[in-house]
Amino acid sequence: MEINKSMEGPMTFPGQVHETADGGILVTKLDDVINWARSNSLWPLVFGTSCCAIEMMSAAGAKHDWSRFGFEVARATPRQADLIIVAGTIVMKMAPVLKRLYDQMPEPKYVIAMGACTISGGPFFYNTYSVVKGVDHVIPVDVYIPGCPPRPEALLHSMITLQEKIKHEQYFKKKIEDVR
Amino acid sequence: MNIEELKSSISAILPSAVYDETGEFLNVNIASEELYPLINELRSNSEFDFDYLFCLTCIDWKDHLMMVYHLLSKTHNHTIVLKAKISNRENSEIATVCNIWRTAELLEREVFDLFGIKFINHPDLRRLFLSDDWNGYPLRKDYVDENMISL
Amino acid sequence: MRGLIEDDYVTEEGEFVINMGPQHPSTHGVLHLKVWLDGETVKKVQPHLGYIHRSIEKMSESLSYRNFIFATSRMDYLAAHINNEACALTVEKGLQLEVPDRAKYIRTILAELTRLQSHLLWWGCTGLDLGAVTPFFYAFREREFIMEIMEETCGARLTQNFMVPGGVMYDIHPNFQKRTKEVLSQIKGKFQEYDNIMTGNVIFENRTKGVGFLSKEDAISYGVTGPTARASGVSCDIRKLIPYSAYNQVQFDEILDNGGDCYARYMIRMQEMKQSVSIIEQLIDNIPEGEFQAKTKNVIKLPKGEFYQRVETPRGELGVFIVSDGAASPYRIKYRSPGFSNLSALPLMAKGGKIGDLVAIMSTIDLVIPDIDR
Repeated sequence: MEINKSMEGPMTFPGQVHETADGGILVTKLDDVINWARSNSLWPLVFGTSCCAIEMMSAAGAKHDWSRFGFEVARATPRQADLIIVAGTIVMKMAPVLKRLYDQMPEPKYVIAMGACTISGGPFFYNTYSVVKGVDHVIPVDVYIPGCPPRPEALLHSMITLQEKIKHEQYFKKKIEDVR
Repeated sequence: MNIEELKSSISAILPSAVYDETGEFLNVNIASEELYPLINELRSNSEFDFDYLFCLTCIDWKDHLMMVYHLLSKTHNHTIVLKAKISNRENSEIATVCNIWRTAELLEREVFDLFGIKFINHPDLRRLFLSDDWNGYPLRKDYVDENMISL
Repeated sequence: MRGLIEDDYVTEEGEFVINMGPQHPSTHGVLHLKVWLDGETVKKVQPHLGYIHRSIEKMSESLSYRNFIFATSRMDYLAAHINNEACALTVEKGLQLEVPDRAKYIRTILAELTRLQSHLLWWGCTGLDLGAVTPFFYAFREREFIMEIMEETCGARLTQNFMVPGGVMYDIHPNFQKRTKEVLSQIKGKFQEYDNIMTGNVIFENRTKGVGFLSKEDAISYGVTGPTARASGVSCDIRKLIPYSAYNQVQFDEILDNGGDCYARYMIRMQEMKQSVSIIEQLIDNIPEGEFQAKTKNVIKLPKGEFYQRVETPRGELGVFIVSDGAASPYRIKYRSPGFSNLSALPLMAKGGKIGDLVAIMSTIDLVIPDIDR
């Protein structure tokens, strides 16, 4: 019962490989292996409204390089995205657009609220007439990142946190129960 | 032109203009009905040649509204600030200047959106920032919004 | 909600009406353009704004003269220092406060570093918009060095809030001069690389030369400023016309071009980066000793009156108009943002071109949408 050494690394493969003469047998759970695949290739939707979008671009840029974690395929259309990073203030006029984009994303879908504005309205909480006080009034949020704007490292951390969340999900088990 | 020359030339066109020199620029106070003939002359007369409108905004002084036009001439390098008083708050209107300076088209839409001033003869007067069904004009001092949280 | 995005449709004349944005990668934010098309030819463009209107002007009316400055960092976040500086200068004008020389020099150096990083980001994004991905990575490589300098001295990477009425918030970091010089020598060596990859490229030239023409008269009438206007031959550099901070201490050229097209606007910004490097080089070794902040009262109250300050941001002329009634917070604030006026000329520039050109025009005007919407 030896685990294949080549599978070890920062992203350990969920399951055990039993060596046989002509290859090996993999023992794992379907949820685990699918979650492993999903969490390592999350495609974010580019949704930057203000300052945080620049830090999101920095995270994609040469130094921080989010492709190390499988996030580099940033899509401009919601139909190809698994994850929406709400980077910037959402105002009343934008809220229906955000909702529409979220509705157009295929399941399973996740939301990262980046920056103080998306958590609570941030610096625009008091005495403003047009700002939505927190993006969770519009769509459900999985990970919140504080900061104004958060550093690119904070964004990377939030993405790794989201990966952890996905790895422990029992999405297909839940789906089957729903069908029953 | 220096300030004295500007004053005498403007007085020749509009004798009722009132001047205020306390600020950085020469301020010319006029009534809203007198705006268009004067501002048209300021642009088309080559002695003034105010070809650059660098700021257009409005101030709510509670009992009246005041349109503020910052004008600059690139050729003569002189600046004035034109202030037109609008006494009627409920039904406030003033002539548009967007056929004189094209930049005024969006700027006037912004003022309409946030202050509710109607610009006569404006080609496309709609709300700019807020949605069409928004109630009230937020930058007016008497604007009330129950969703607004005050510090 | 009415007034939002309608579905695409065909007009009676057979023109196809499409919505570009508010979530479109080439609009650099949340700009919504309604485009009337005949085939691929643009017949009419109508900008719809307000998707990031955060009511900064209303909010500032209830903040003190120290606090209202922070909101302007979020307005044009690529030029946070320059926005903060404009506000600080306006308040100083009202107080008739003389800023120490050291603060003036620090302000100017930081403002030019800001201009450099903003133009670098613009260059990378222009590449992205026109189909070249590599410039984005080149630009962000150098931009990160500038961000590190900002972080070391100001404590923040993007929204610094470093300028306060009377000077700057803290003294510069001991490493500031050394690191700035290192970064400058590094960036100076890269300009040739930038030119090699973009400027002489045939595809790039074909997509920008003769595209989006703006005449000098139109530029003035539309109130266009900054590199966009200078590419049409309008002399409008506030740093030259009305020098503020330490700009009267340095030698630099106002870059002008008469091309009026996207390529001219591109070339202006590329040369402005070199001018910024030269300005910083002239100042970095001569920062005078002394105070970095003039003494101000705890609660600042401006005298009754109106104060206007114009500064040059990477996108053009920013005007801050403060109306004071003598209280501790402004009675009315108006920001004359450069992007707002520059955008108003977009329908004119795009008319008659192809829809692909619209992307090139938008990227060479260098729009920052929160700066337009405020």
